[in-house]
Amino acid sequence: MSRLLFRKTGRAKFISHLDLMRTMQRIFIRAGLKVRHTEGFNPHPYMNFALPLSVGTESECELMDFELTEAADPDAIPALLNRVSPEGIEALKVYDSARKFKEIKWLDIEARLFYDNKTREAERLREFFAAPAIVMEKKTKRSVSDTDIVPLISALQVTDLTDGLALISARLAAQDPGLSPAQLISALEQRAPELAPDHAAFRRIEVYDKDMVLFR
Amino acid sequence: MTPELERILLKVQKPARYTGGEYNEVIKDKQDVDIRMAFCFPDTYEIGMSNLGLQILYGAINEEPGMWCERCFAPWGDMEQEMRAAGIPLYALESGDPIGEFDAIGFSLGYEMAFTSVLNMLDLAGVPVRSADRHQLTPLVFAGGTSCINPEPMADFIDLFVLGEGEELDIQVLKLLREAKREGWSKKDFLRRAMEIPGVYVPGAYTPVYGEDGTLAAVEREAGAPERVTKRIIEDLDTAYFPTKCVIPSTEIVHDRVVLEVMRGCVRGCRFCQAGFAYRPVRRHGTEFLLEKARAALENSGYEEITLSSLSTSDFKGLPQLADGLLSWCEPRKISLSLPSLRADNFSMSLMERVQKVRKSGLTFAPEAGSQRLRDVINKNVTEEALLNSCRIAFEGGWNTLKLYFMLGLPTETDEDVVAIARLAEQVLHTWRQYASNKSRGVKITVSTSMFVPKPHTPFQWESQVDVEEYLRRVRLLRESITSRSIVYNWHEPHVSLIEAALSRGDRRVGGVIEEVWKNGGRLDSWTDYFSMDRWLEAFAECGLSPEFYALRRRGNDELFPWDVIDVGVTKKYLAREREEAYAGRVTPDCRVKCMGCGANRLLERRSCDE
Ligand code: SF4
Repeated sequence: MSRLLFRKTGRAKFISHLDLMRTMQRIFIRAGLKVRHTEGFNPHPYMNFALPLSVGTESECELMDFELTEAADPDAIPALLNRVSPEGIEALKVYDSARKFKEIKWLDIEARLFYDNKTREAERLREFFAAPAIVMEKKTKRSVSDTDIVPLISALQVTDLTDGLALISARLAAQDPGLSPAQLISALEQRAPELAPDHAAFRRIEVYDKDMVLFR
Repeated sequence: MTPELERILLKVQKPARYTGGEYNEVIKDKQDVDIRMAFCFPDTYEIGMSNLGLQILYGAINEEPGMWCERCFAPWGDMEQEMRAAGIPLYALESGDPIGEFDAIGFSLGYEMAFTSVLNMLDLAGVPVRSADRHQLTPLVFAGGTSCINPEPMADFIDLFVLGEGEELDIQVLKLLREAKREGWSKKDFLRRAMEIPGVYVPGAYTPVYGEDGTLAAVEREAGAPERVTKRIIEDLDTAYFPTKCVIPSTEIVHDRVVLEVMRGCVRGCRFCQAGFAYRPVRRHGTEFLLEKARAALENSGYEEITLSSLSTSDFKGLPQLADGLLSWCEPRKISLSLPSLRADNFSMSLMERVQKVRKSGLTFAPEAGSQRLRDVINKNVTEEALLNSCRIAFEGGWNTLKLYFMLGLPTETDEDVVAIARLAEQVLHTWRQYASNKSRGVKITVSTSMFVPKPHTPFQWESQVDVEEYLRRVRLLRESITSRSIVYNWHEPHVSLIEAALSRGDRRVGGVIEEVWKNGGRLDSWTDYFSMDRWLEAFAECGLSPEFYALRRRGNDELFPWDVIDVGVTKKYLAREREEAYAGRVTPDCRVKCMGCGANRLLERRSCDE
C-alpha cells in the first residue's frame, strides 16, 4: 500500500472531507496516475484517509492510502500531484507503509485564540488547562454524558503571540476517544466562558503512535 | 483572505463555495493588469459554476493581456447575513478584492428569476443599483445572456447590454473601457462611443413612451443611438475561444463534468422555444476539433464524465463519428459519455444503448404536448409512433424508468389535448408491458407538466398565458385522467411561471417592480426557499402595475414590443407567419429540409446557415 503525506492549508482548509475525496481523485487523474478501484457494484477509486479533518482546520500531516494500477517511482509522485492540485493542497511525500491508521494515538495541534478586546489571556488559559480534572458535557445522539478531558491531553502550552491572540500548542488524543482542538474551545465555553475566544483557528501539526513515536 | 472573512466562513453552510482557490482559477499580477472585471452570476456557486457561458467568457477574457476576469456568485442567505453583519462587501473569488472597486461588473442573465439577485449583488458590493445613480465611469455595470433579448425590465439598472455571443463583443467593450480610463472620458462619453459597437445596447439612450392603454406607443432615442441593435454571433465556431482549462470546483456543483458544446442554434423551430429562435443560425464545430478539445478538457479536469451540449444533439451532423471517437478514448479510461437532448429516433436510441451500457438510470423524452394536433401547433415534430418506438427500444434494452415532459396552457390547448397526455403515457406503459426485457423490476413512468410561458422573439410572443386557476384546473383534469399506479404525475408550481411570464415580456416599468421586490427582501427567486408570490404581487400593486397585463394579455398584431429594439436575426414578420401556421395546425420543415427565410442568415457574412 502506498501512503501520501500532504498538507491542507490556506483556502483549502474549507474543503470538506467528502469534497476532498473527490478532489483527490481528480488530482490523481490529472496527474496521469491510475488508482486501483474497489470491486463491487459501484466501483470507486480506493483512497483511504486517516482521521477525517474538520472543515476550517488546517493540517501539516494528512495521510492517505492508495494503490496504483501501474508501478510509479514514489519519489516522483509528489511533484506530479502538486502540478495539478488546487491551491493549499500540497503533497509532501509518498512511501510504502504497512502501519494501520488505527495505531495513531496522539496528535499535535495548534489553536489560535482571538480576543477582540485585545486582552492577553495566556496565563489564565494555562491555569484553566492545568486543573486536575476538566469535566465537559458531551452530547451524543442519544444522551448527554460527562467526560473528563484531562486524560485526553498529553501536553499543553499557552503563549500570548500579541495582544488578543493566544497560541495553544497541545498534544491531544487522536481517536477512540479523541479530543479535537475545537473541543478545547467548547471546554472554555462550558467551564470558563470568560476565557472563550471570539474566534479560533486550528491546525494539525503531527501524528504519533501510542509510544509517542512519529506515525508514518 | 481577510481574518474577518475567515471568521464568518466558519459559521456558514458549504464555505468552500466562497473561497476560490480552485484548480485552474486564473491569478494575475495586479501590476500587469489595467482592466479588472468581475463576472457575476446572479445565482449560487453550484449553479453558476455549471454554466458553460461563464467558463467560456472567463477563459476568453483572461486570455487578453492586461485584463483580469474574476468570478463572483450570489451568496446564500446565511452568508449574506454574515457578510452584511461583518461589513464585508461582495468580493471576487480569485483575489478576494471587493468588486465595487473593479472597472467592470458583468452579469450573466440566463433567466428572469435571477433579476432580483442582480440588485442584491450590486447592493452587497456597495454599488448603487440604478444606473442613473452611478456617475463615475467605473465600475461599469453591464449584462449579457439569454434573458437580455428583452433587456427592458433590467434597463434602469444596467449601463450597457451585450447582445448575443460574447466572446468577441465583451472584449471589445472592455478594450473601449480601457481607452476611456486612459483618456479620462466621462461615463456618458464612454456609453456614447460604446453604442457604436455592433451588439451593444445602451438603454439610457432610449426613452419609452406609453399609450393610454398601457402599451408601448413609441421609443425616443438620443442622437447616435441605433434604431435596432443586432445580436452578435461567432460565425466560425472553430476559430473562437474554446474552454479546455475550466476552473474545477473543489466542492460538488450541479454539473460536475466536462461540457462539450458541439453546435449553436437549432434547425428545428419548435414554436414555444426561445433558444430555438434566439440562437439562430445554426453553426457547428468540426468533429476533429471537438475530439481534440474533448481530450484536452478531460485531461485538464480529472472529470470522469463528459456530456455533449447543444439544443438538439441528434441534429449534430458529425454525431456518429464524434461518439465513436469519444467512446474509443473514454472507455479504456472509465470515462462515461452522456448525451442529453437526444431526439426520440432510432439512431439516437441505438447510440444511447452504446453509451450507457453500465448505468441504465433514467431516460427522458419531451413530447411537450399530448396530442398530435397540438404537437403540430407547436411544431414539435415527433410522432406518437416514433416516441413509442423509442420507448420500445429502451424497454427492450432494460430501461425501466422514463420521464415525459409536457407543457400545459399551450395556445389552442383544449381539454382533449390535456387528456391526450394521459393517453400517451398509458401507451408508453402498454409498450413496456409488451416489450420489457425484465418485467419483474416493474416500471416507473413520470409525467411532468409545467405552465407554458410565452417568450419574446418566438411565434408565441403575442399569446396570453393561461391564468393560475385554469392551469390548476387542467392539472386536476390530467391527474384524474391518469389511472395507472405505474404512472406518477408531477406538476410545476404555476406562480413562479406567472411571474416569469410577466418579467420576460415586461417593459421598462417592470424594473420598478423588481426593485421593490428586492427592497422587500427578494433575492434568489428561482429557489422555492426564497420565492414569495405575495411579495411580487405587492410590488406590482405598489408600482401601479399588474402581472396579468404582461403575462395574460394577448397582444394586438401590430403592437410595438419593448424588445423590438433587439434584432436577434429572426424577423418579426417571420414570427407572425409562424404564428399563423400554428393556428392553422401546419408544421414548418426544419432548416435542412427547406429554408423558410427566417432572417437569421443575415447575421452570417461569409457562409450560409448550418455549413
Ligand atoms: S435563414 Fe433559413 S436556414 Fe437559416 S435559420 Fe432561418 S430558416 Fe433556417
